[in-house]
Amino acid sequence: MALQLKIRKRFSGFELNAEFETEGGCTGILGASGSGKSMILKCVAGIETPDEGRIALNGRVLFDSKAGINQPARQRHVGYLFQSYALFPAMTVEANLGIVIPGKRNGKQAAIYEMLRRFQLSGLEKRYPSQLSGGQQQRVALARMLLSAPEVILLDEPFSALDGFLKDALQTDMLEFIKEYGKDVFMVSHSRDEIYKFSSQMVVISEGKSLLQGGTRDIFKNPGLMEAARLTGCKNISAIQRLGDYELYASDWNIRLMTKEKIGDSIRYIGIRGHTLIPASQPGENIMKIRLWGVTDTPFERQVLFHNAEGEDSDRIWLIQDKNENIPLFIQFPKEEILLLS
Amino acid sequence: MWELISTIDFSPLFLSMKTGILATIFTFFLGTGAARGVMKLNHRAKSIVDGILTLPLVLPPTVAGFFLLLIFSLRRPFGAFLWENYNVKMVQTWPGCVMAAFVIAFPLMYRNARAAFEQVDVTMIYAGRTLGLSERKIFWKIIVPMAAPGLASGIVLSFSRAIGEYGATTMLAGNILGKTRTMSVAIASEVSAGNWEIAGFWVLIIVMISFIMVVFINLVSGKSNQDVSGW
Repeated sequence: MALQLKIRKRFSGFELNAEFETEGGCTGILGASGSGKSMILKCVAGIETPDEGRIALNGRVLFDSKAGINQPARQRHVGYLFQSYALFPAMTVEANLGIVIPGKRNGKQAAIYEMLRRFQLSGLEKRYPSQLSGGQQQRVALARMLLSAPEVILLDEPFSALDGFLKDALQTDMLEFIKEYGKDVFMVSHSRDEIYKFSSQMVVISEGKSLLQGGTRDIFKNPGLMEAARLTGCKNISAIQRLGDYELYASDWNIRLMTKEKIGDSIRYIGIRGHTLIPASQPGENIMKIRLWGVTDTPFERQVLFHNAEGEDSDRIWLIQDKNENIPLFIQFPKEEILLLS
Repeated sequence: MWELISTIDFSPLFLSMKTGILATIFTFFLGTGAARGVMKLNHRAKSIVDGILTLPLVLPPTVAGFFLLLIFSLRRPFGAFLWENYNVKMVQTWPGCVMAAFVIAFPLMYRNARAAFEQVDVTMIYAGRTLGLSERKIFWKIIVPMAAPGLASGIVLSFSRAIGEYGATTMLAGNILGKTRTMSVAIASEVSAGNWEIAGFWVLIIVMISFIMVVFINLVSGKSNQDVSGW
């Protein structure tokens, strides 16, 4: 089970240039809003046509500009869960599911009811989409998609239309449903949390380009690229000057830092995640005296924004700490937590 | 009053209804088909084709009648061809009434259908495709129900326009009692013959039918607009 994709598409002053290959399972596609990640899914589903390139799913060529292949969406067996769910408004839940099953096949009714039961929608058969909650609509859309027996499932920002509380419950539900179904899944999202929870491998998209692909945990641990670090939620990023194999000067923070890993020639930036910074009480190696800029409390943690006390124009740095801890005077940048980025 | 009614030949009423119904059936299928076709064109071609299809709505019906005569006159090649090969004659015949009504009513159906189709959320169509539905099924099961209020008002408007057609009808089909004299043609004939009561009778019938039609459209299309608040 695999998707091979290499496409190029120009649209409204934007160029999409994506290339990746996945092995199956759950793949997350992470990118900022407007980075072209939904367009990739649309090209896979056959809703949009790339200008050039090739898309193959499990060895089946869906699109190949050179060979002149462009299978219609109807024949691709690619399930697409739209952001708005795209339930047919003039049909009941039952009819929305029924339309997918061709003809008046025997057991059509039974198949529909079985699917409704699995998605905890029993009793809602006669309702219209407008009479359902957001979560119910999403489950109807999923059930309908699965009845069309897709080979692969594409989820386009599946949780963006739901509010916070509902979102958490639904994410768990959806994970269960999809695992049970055992199909490959691609999920597009701008939320690093969703991607992290959901996918075993991921692709990072920035400004229409696929930057990086790999295991989700690996990429979060070691993003390698500045844009990837930013997209995976690393707020503290500084340009550097290399001083030695294990020593650098972070020019945005006015500090010399030692690293655990060897600094390669291609390294231009470092990043460090706010929750990996360690409070300290006295100066030392990789330790900065700080000047507080601001503090924000969220329900379960504290976000501290500070400058380097030395040097006027240092960038602000985020520290995430427990709410019970005191705001420190010094901050240590642990060697092993420094992300080397190019 | 009853004496008057007993003297009236009712053939214009039946002719008008027959003409209206048949012309509306043609406009429905060809109008929705044309709306589908035009939507697939690129912007420039769309503007031009749309202009041609809408012309009968904005031109005086006599101009449409002139063109219809030009095409279907037995002295012209196409009209002669139809007559010689298929025994079909439009000039001074009831099919001519239907043809004239169809041409004049067509833009109303076409424009309403197109507006209704253009409002259909395109993701519904994409969803249908990714679910493996055929284009035909998508059109009839998904798009048409979503566009139903617009299509219904297109049908009602073209029917009302078809039964009211006068200009093109008299030019192409003429004014033969029992054959091509529809209600609207009858009104003009009766007035010029000085029969004001009979003309008034036909006027009353047409006003009633048209009024009922318009109220009907409002009821049908109003259903989907119930949330629109006045301002």
